[in-house]
Amino acid sequence: MQRIANWFVQVFAVGVLNLRTLPQRFGSSAATVVGVAGVVTVFVAVLSIAEGFRATLAQTGSPETALVLRTGADTEMMSLVSQEDSRIIQDAPGIGRGQLGAQASPEMLVLVDVPMVSTGTDANVALRGVTPVAFEVRKQLKILSGRNFVPGRNEIIVGRAAAGQFAGLQVGDVKRWGKTDWTVVGQFTDGGSVAESEIWADLNVLQGAYNRGTIVSDVYARLASADEFDKFKAALTTDPRLSVRVVRETEYFAEQSIFLTNLVTRLGYLIAAMMGVGAVFGAINTMYSAVAARTREIATLRALGFGGGPVVISVIVESILLAFAGGLVGGVIAYIVFNGYRASTINWQSFSQVAFAFRVTPLLLVQGFFYSVLIGLVGGLFPAVRAARTSVAAALREL
Amino acid sequence: MKFLPLIWSNLRRKRVRTTFTLLSILVAFLLFGYLGAVSNAFDIGVQIAGVDRLVLTHKVSIILPLPLSYLERIEQVPGVKEVAHASWFGGIYQDPKNFFAQMAVDPERYLSLYPEFQLPEDQKKAWLADRTGAICGKYLADRFHWKIGDRIPLTAAVWQKKDGSISWEFTLDGIYTGATPSTDTTQFLFHYKYLDEARVRRKGMVGWYIIRIDHPDQAPQIADKIDALFANSDNETKTSTEKAFMQGFAKQVGNIGAIITAILTVVFFIILLVAGNTMMQSVRERVTELAVLKTVGFPNGLILTLVLCESLVLAIVGGSLGLGLAWLLISRGDPTGGALPIFYLPGESAVLGVVFILLLGGATGTLPALQAMRLQVVQSLRRG
Repeated sequence: MQRIANWFVQVFAVGVLNLRTLPQRFGSSAATVVGVAGVVTVFVAVLSIAEGFRATLAQTGSPETALVLRTGADTEMMSLVSQEDSRIIQDAPGIGRGQLGAQASPEMLVLVDVPMVSTGTDANVALRGVTPVAFEVRKQLKILSGRNFVPGRNEIIVGRAAAGQFAGLQVGDVKRWGKTDWTVVGQFTDGGSVAESEIWADLNVLQGAYNRGTIVSDVYARLASADEFDKFKAALTTDPRLSVRVVRETEYFAEQSIFLTNLVTRLGYLIAAMMGVGAVFGAINTMYSAVAARTREIATLRALGFGGGPVVISVIVESILLAFAGGLVGGVIAYIVFNGYRASTINWQSFSQVAFAFRVTPLLLVQGFFYSVLIGLVGGLFPAVRAARTSVAAALREL
Repeated sequence: MKFLPLIWSNLRRKRVRTTFTLLSILVAFLLFGYLGAVSNAFDIGVQIAGVDRLVLTHKVSIILPLPLSYLERIEQVPGVKEVAHASWFGGIYQDPKNFFAQMAVDPERYLSLYPEFQLPEDQKKAWLADRTGAICGKYLADRFHWKIGDRIPLTAAVWQKKDGSISWEFTLDGIYTGATPSTDTTQFLFHYKYLDEARVRRKGMVGWYIIRIDHPDQAPQIADKIDALFANSDNETKTSTEKAFMQGFAKQVGNIGAIITAILTVVFFIILLVAGNTMMQSVRERVTELAVLKTVGFPNGLILTLVLCESLVLAIVGGSLGLGLAWLLISRGDPTGGALPIFYLPGESAVLGVVFILLLGGATGTLPALQAMRLQVVQSLRRG
């Protein structure tokens, strides 16, 4: 028992000695801190892009909502559903009922070019034609300012994110696409979903403007409950009159985030791994010089009867503390600079813009801190072992 | 020359430190190589754009179709050399995850506008003669292990055939290669006629036009003239240079590429800073020795050269190993599994890398050496 306590006292004694001599090695210690801070900042920042994009798409869709697309269509943009088909879908079992009857919303999705605020160049923005049922299907949707469009009029409402990222979409603005003038009459939110990157108009007016007749892209159906999905899907996919594909809205949008999330995450991990290796080398150098500077002190301690273990541990602890300090700095920088940073990118699956905010989540920060500790541990290991192995006599003799 | 052993033994004095400094520099330049490849991959379209090519799309959105009849009218505009059209197909090969660009084109016109797509003459002949034939780029063929003669089925929900089916079958007649590493070899091209004759919707419509003009400097005037031709029609147009078009596209992908590039740049300099600090420190530790050298009559210039040589050796060895390793890894393909199909180390990056290597070696050697030279011999000796 006493031996264990003694061991800890030794670790503590050597550790304090190390830390008190830190200011003498300020330059190289600071270099380690800066190096690790850089690694952690980048690690957290890059992954926060993926996190934010995924969160936006994950917030889209509720488990009770199903999308009915044409067979063979992987996205709304590539789907076509006729008016007859959308009537059959409305009568399918399991569908919820609201004030306007069956909660099945036929929707048409097209793209329009709208200049981005940041660059002034055109971007593909989704323009969605809907009927009043759409507002019953999407329960979270709220008009934030202005008012909803009046069916039959050339009016549009704009998602909050779209209004921020694209130019000329404020309430009162008039947009001309083709031969039609559209007046922005309101701005809406939808719980941070993809819809906030869209522009909405009356379905019939949009069909007219695009000479689409009565064809829509797909049908959003709100089910009586999430459990009804299988029944609903089975009924539609076995109906000989229809040729459709039924997916849960949540799955549909989660799938869309895969491409970009993969791209950014893999790139992020690759970069972080390479940088981590660089930072480990930096830390090793710092600790070697730290140990070298104290060769005599450490040897003196060993001569006084201190064990090799405490020396090893104390060096590693110092290295970890330095790296962790770097990790903290990096995490704070990443959080301050990148959390909530608003950007938009093209969603390749739907070919339209999705506006999203970077998200520095607690989990990302913890991962970053963990990574910094790992760097410190590996960086301190070799110098520590060397410090303990140096023969006492040789070290004391050294100048 | 006779001082080489001196430099060598200085480097070997602290072998561990030298090794790890070398490795840090190696990592920094490995990262630098990746940075070049990544930022290149993100704005590739802008660089491959032909200076004499214009792109004409529907004014409202690129997804809206334009009449095929526009072709002849565009051709008649003075200054226009040749015109081709393309239409996005958007079919699925086996699984939606296998995404790649499929375009219905007029083969002769399209290949003539994109001479960087290099197709062997016999394959070209076979394709022209085969109505349901298609060609694809080398990257794509490698990705799915396609060979010439393979039947490739695509399903496209929006393109229903007259018989109601939505599955389309193509025969692979050729595989094109790129004239330069930056050429897009991920496209799948087939006859527009096959599409237009078999489909029920959008007959006689195409996706966009590509136009070659005689004089690149007249691009804005010609673009305006073409757009004026179709003003106030049902399908108004928007003509821009291919470069501007690609730039617009790159901007749609948005800040992500720029942010990743910026972050990588910062990291590169941080690692250099750390490595540089270590290198400078190792010189500073030897001030006493430098003073001894001065005492025995070494001129200032020689000492500076010696120190400089040492740091340059470190920078050059570490840096070139890093760049070489980056080149090796990068040429093994894109790290994201298909998201960045055009992934290579551009020449400008390599050159810039060499410049940074020399700067690193120069700065880390010169600064401490100058400091050391300014010291009085007596003072420096006393410091030890």
